[in-house]
Amino acid sequence: MAEATQTSPPGSGSAPPEKGSSGDNGWRKEYWRRNLRLMVILLAIWFVVSFGFGILLIEPLNEIVIFGFPLGLWFAQQGSIYTFVILILVYAKLMDRLDDEYGVSERDEEGRRA
Amino acid sequence: MSSIQLWTTIAIVGSFLVYVVIAWRSRVKETSGFYVADRGIPTVANGAAVAADWMSAASFISMAGQIAFLGSDGSIYLMGWTGGYVLLALLLAPYLRKWGKYTVPEFVGDRYSEGVRIVAAIAAIIVSFTYVAGQMRGGGIVFSRFLELSVTGGVWVAAAVIFFYAVLGGMKGITWTQVAQYTVLIIAYLIPAFAVAQKLTGIPIPQVSFGQILAELDALSVEMGLKAYTEAFASRPQIDVFLVTMSLMIGTAGLPHVIIRFYTTKSVRGARYSAFWALVFIALLYTTAPAVGAFTKFNMLSEVQGKAVDALPSWVANWQATGLVTIRPDAAVITTVSNNPASGADLILSNDILVLASPEIAGLPAPIVGLVAAGGLAAAMSTAAGLLLVISSSFSHDLFFRLVKRDASDRQRLLAGRIAMGIAVLIAVYAGINPPAYVAQVVAFAFGLAASTFFPIIVLGIFWKRTTAAGAAAGMITGLVFTLSYMIWTLGLFGVPKHDHILDISPEGIGTIGAIVNFIVTIMVSKFTRPPSERVVEMVENIRYPAERSVAAR
Repeated sequence: MAEATQTSPPGSGSAPPEKGSSGDNGWRKEYWRRNLRLMVILLAIWFVVSFGFGILLIEPLNEIVIFGFPLGLWFAQQGSIYTFVILILVYAKLMDRLDDEYGVSERDEEGRRA
Repeated sequence: MSSIQLWTTIAIVGSFLVYVVIAWRSRVKETSGFYVADRGIPTVANGAAVAADWMSAASFISMAGQIAFLGSDGSIYLMGWTGGYVLLALLLAPYLRKWGKYTVPEFVGDRYSEGVRIVAAIAAIIVSFTYVAGQMRGGGIVFSRFLELSVTGGVWVAAAVIFFYAVLGGMKGITWTQVAQYTVLIIAYLIPAFAVAQKLTGIPIPQVSFGQILAELDALSVEMGLKAYTEAFASRPQIDVFLVTMSLMIGTAGLPHVIIRFYTTKSVRGARYSAFWALVFIALLYTTAPAVGAFTKFNMLSEVQGKAVDALPSWVANWQATGLVTIRPDAAVITTVSNNPASGADLILSNDILVLASPEIAGLPAPIVGLVAAGGLAAAMSTAAGLLLVISSSFSHDLFFRLVKRDASDRQRLLAGRIAMGIAVLIAVYAGINPPAYVAQVVAFAFGLAASTFFPIIVLGIFWKRTTAAGAAAGMITGLVFTLSYMIWTLGLFGVPKHDHILDISPEGIGTIGAIVNFIVTIMVSKFTRPPSERVVEMVENIRYPAERSVAAR
């Protein structure tokens, strides 16, 4: 899982694969690799903010006090939760874009989002 | 009848009428409506239902109380019970929705084998059951205080009510009732929090303003023989804080009654956005809870500190009747406060009462006290209903239908499910009357069990095609047995003597280690067993893409 995310996908940024290439499954691998890469980046942020700032580094961060809150405590009891909400929203939005790019988003008969 | 009792009765009866009407209007007769609500629930509503389903008596009643006494280390619950949604949204929900089945054991059955499915069904029942016991206790405490019953009597009343509409409604009834319950519980939580924040700091937004009192609270706590409120790792060692948080997070992502909610969305995309909305609704309560904890503790300490026993405020006597507040018999003046009955402090308070008592402690008017009681019940009952549904579906769908009667009709399966619910309620009543710990802790054990059984094998099942049935079964069984044994060993349940924690790891945190054990065992055994069939590999490949490729898109 980890090594798959190391190599950046060759086709990223270019036009979506053509209709004629439906026989080959290159786009499937590429889609999955980009999904995994996004996932790993977001999970890294998830870990750093909650376990990093809120637990492992809480004591040094508590030396800084902002608006009455020791900073470590603020991350543990407030900041991490806001971060989690944002992470899920970013994931959902970027996956919408990825699904469209690779033509795998769910559509009803008229081609609108399901 | 005091005005508090009157208003409580009005709030509880009023909110109940709403739930019952909703449950009755959307009652269902078909299996699909019963378990997955015909997959017709809008994303935002599904998010609110997930939030109500998941924010239990532990979140509403017990958590802020735990935080008040744990201080900084209370963040284990705050981060643990929200961070899991990131894992759920990124690792599980979209793929399980694409798979499109009724229950978690069913996914496991398709991906691995019928044998693993049975192990999963049994694990789902154990996990959900542990959790239901916590809800019964929570609901029981509310009824006990406001109907002036013993906690035992309160638990029976709560059980009867929960059973009534979980049995009646099924998933469709439950989803819409839970939207109503979310509304009740969040209003009940926020109004007193805003009022107290305004009263103490002049800034009505508790998330912003509780920083203002932290320094004073630290000083007051030390004076009363407690640890400074903001001191990290005062109540738990760092390693344990880390492990408990992780265990609650991966447990959240592995809880069958949470996962099942993502099967009710319209699409894979809907599952992602449902996770987002669910966490938005949950965050509203979870960012308020640490403020409620800090404010209530501040109010409570400053009201009782140095007071003579016969001059204490009236909430003390009101709650003494439930047995959840006790005063040391020979104390004359209150100088020390604790939540630990063994501490010998002058005033002992149970964690479970702080939120319910907070409007009384802050001297807010009776209608608000009543509203909070209704909110606490909404939280306990919405969660219990969702859990009972998992117990019933795991039993009827995954055990009864597969093992006992393969030709069971829809009617028979619904009946078997309802009987399973009934039995679960009775056992849960017993566990609610004789709980091994506080509500939030009982619930934390359920998370540890979910973390060490479901999460690893579902994640591996999606992301590693090579995972085999033998691997998953071995992983799940070792994870479950390991975690359960450590809990029994350290808590001294079922006649086993109580032992010390090993390496500072508490029974709430052991789920993390259990999950790691599960991962390792699953991977090792999978490596040494025959790879899964072409058909299974094809299925795993398929769930990775939300839809068939259509070039018309974009």
